[in-house]
Amino acid sequence: MKKEPVKIKEVEATVRSGNFDEVILGYNEEEALSEAARCLQCKNPLCSSGCPVGIDIKTFIYKITQKDYAGAYNAIRQKNNFPSICGRVCPAEYQCRKACVLSKKGLPFASPQAINIHFLERFAGDYGMKNPASSPKIQCPGSNVRKVAIVGSGPAGLCCAGELARAGIKVIMFEGLHKLGGVLRYGIPPFRLPRNILDYEIDSLKKMGVEFIPNFIVGRNKDVDELLGEGFSAIFLGLGAGIPSFLGIKGENLCNIYSANEFLTRVNLMSAYKFPKAHTPVNIGKSMVVIGGGNTAMDAARCALRLQKTNGISPNTTILYRRSEVELPARRLEIEHAKEEGIQFKLLVKPQEFIGDEKGFITKLRCLQCELGEPDASGRRKPIEIPGSDFEVECDIAVVAIGLNANEILTKVTPALKTDKYGDVIVDKETMETSIKNVFAGGDIVGGEGTVIEAMGMAKRAAKSIIERLCNQR
Amino acid sequence: MSTKILEKKLLADVSGSKIVQIKLAAKDVAVKAKAGQFVVLMASEEGERIPLTIADIDENKTTINIIFQEAGFTTRLLGKLEPGDSLYALAGPLGHPTEIHENEDVIIVGGGVGIAEIYPVARAFKVKGNHVTTILGARNKELLILEEELRKVSDNFYITTDDGSYGKKGFVTDILKDLLAKRESYNLVYAVGPIPMMRKVSETTKPFNVKTLVSLNALMVDATGMCGCCRVSVGGKTRFSCVDGPEFNAHEVNWDELIKRNKIYCDKEQHICKLSLK
Repeated sequence: MKKEPVKIKEVEATVRSGNFDEVILGYNEEEALSEAARCLQCKNPLCSSGCPVGIDIKTFIYKITQKDYAGAYNAIRQKNNFPSICGRVCPAEYQCRKACVLSKKGLPFASPQAINIHFLERFAGDYGMKNPASSPKIQCPGSNVRKVAIVGSGPAGLCCAGELARAGIKVIMFEGLHKLGGVLRYGIPPFRLPRNILDYEIDSLKKMGVEFIPNFIVGRNKDVDELLGEGFSAIFLGLGAGIPSFLGIKGENLCNIYSANEFLTRVNLMSAYKFPKAHTPVNIGKSMVVIGGGNTAMDAARCALRLQKTNGISPNTTILYRRSEVELPARRLEIEHAKEEGIQFKLLVKPQEFIGDEKGFITKLRCLQCELGEPDASGRRKPIEIPGSDFEVECDIAVVAIGLNANEILTKVTPALKTDKYGDVIVDKETMETSIKNVFAGGDIVGGEGTVIEAMGMAKRAAKSIIERLCNQR
Repeated sequence: MSTKILEKKLLADVSGSKIVQIKLAAKDVAVKAKAGQFVVLMASEEGERIPLTIADIDENKTTINIIFQEAGFTTRLLGKLEPGDSLYALAGPLGHPTEIHENEDVIIVGGGVGIAEIYPVARAFKVKGNHVTTILGARNKELLILEEELRKVSDNFYITTDDGSYGKKGFVTDILKDLLAKRESYNLVYAVGPIPMMRKVSETTKPFNVKTLVSLNALMVDATGMCGCCRVSVGGKTRFSCVDGPEFNAHEVNWDELIKRNKIYCDKEQHICKLSLK
């Protein structure tokens, strides 16, 4: 048995940082076989317990070792509709890989020895994409006369749509933006999730009969009561986390200070990196900083660096984070990729004030140095500002990537929909039903900011409840 | 899925300054839209998302009118579209509707293409039995739009032009100041126009302590609260024009900041305009 993990092929850092093409090239057949062969096929596998949707990892890896790639694909599809997407964006080192028996225990994330489950998932997913075979339908009698509305076409909505469509339920999906995919489209850059993968998955849903209505804002064009009154038997709300948080410090409204949402939406959804061919502009600086340490911060920084390089500006992008490297919440792979590409990390710093010129554009950022104190509610050590340690960082663009709050566009106009103090929708954890009967919810609008796969886990639970409800109502 | 242009009307065309009105087949918007709200639209698939106020809704609630001045790249692109053509995308209604009280004494001030935005508001006030005084301002007679429409919904009606070619020579604020000085009973001043005009209106009404609302034209991307591009400082707090506005208390708006933020992409705009002329 091969002991060492099979390294994944990637485009070389100096090359890839000059474009927006996919960074990770994936395993070929030989590499996948070799990595799959490392799996111990544990009698009582732990890996699946680390997966928010409970993929039968042992089985799908076994099928790969048997060269039954279609079988591997279908094994994943039993639990996860979008293996090609999740194989690319899942923080596996915090989930299935961390639970893998080969991973060293006691670390905050998986050690490199853990099976590269995500890369194998991607391999099987991409195989399934290239060799389409119809997936089994679990039709419940009479369900095809009922229709369900899904609000929001992000990971939760797409997943729920797939589950319902497979059960023969008519799904109509409403999306407020002009393009489908939610955060997968406006948030995650194409170099992490190529658009053809996302388009393929959306197209397969269309082929399954899912109807998409973009530019339609539920809460504006129609409200929840109207949808229920128009013959929708159930509604699933996958509204997402909407409103960007800002630091609340002086000078934050200076020109060229972006929320990560704005910066990434301009670049990813509106293709500002193709300006002027695409008409939406984004400003590019000589010295760009990104504040935050999550995946969104990594995405923003790597987009910033690519914009600099593609515009002939010598790359100079820095991530500022208030804790130390081990606490960075981003996927380890993204942190490594960011470093390889030349992103600088200034750790243990806390921004205090943005400073601008007379035209109102940002020129620098005043920060305080921090040290780590006792663990806080999140279990991570708390950053404590060191008085008098002020210093300034020169910058002409700043991107604030410190998180999002609940999207309120629907909840504000739906008083019967109970929300918590964060504005997130309250649901029954088992059924995912909200305070309104036959209205379900999942994804970031329920749990606050989470991962794609967590959103999908919630969407699956909701879909299961909806299917049961619809079948019983017959 | 795309939105068809049903009619197009050139409201003004003076030395390259075109003001265009288009009627769109937009039932989903029209059914819900109220005075003061806006839509966000994309002229083409490569286009920007730009917010434009809903200038009118037809009686059957199937179409909306939007009015824009061909000022930048996207509005010029929009101006090239003809009846039968389609917009790539249209979403709305967005923003809070104007709060319309009853039996009040209101002054509505519109400047330039901002007149398009005050029309539905003035009409809504009139319908609810308010006493409506309207003041319109334009650079010259040719650039004055919707005069007849607004005259019909106004109890008192004034026009000013910068060059004196029509109405009173001068600015809307000259008349506004006279009115406020003469009578104390005004409950509200509502103003839409170029930023310097709205700011001037705000400065004019402040000493009289009259509630003054302005509809701000901040830059936007998604226009549903997701990006924060449109943030403005109002009363020392950061607000998003798209979901918290677009109307705000004029006396609390940080005008300097708004003016600066609206110039963030000046260089890019010049660049893309130059390229498109080639």
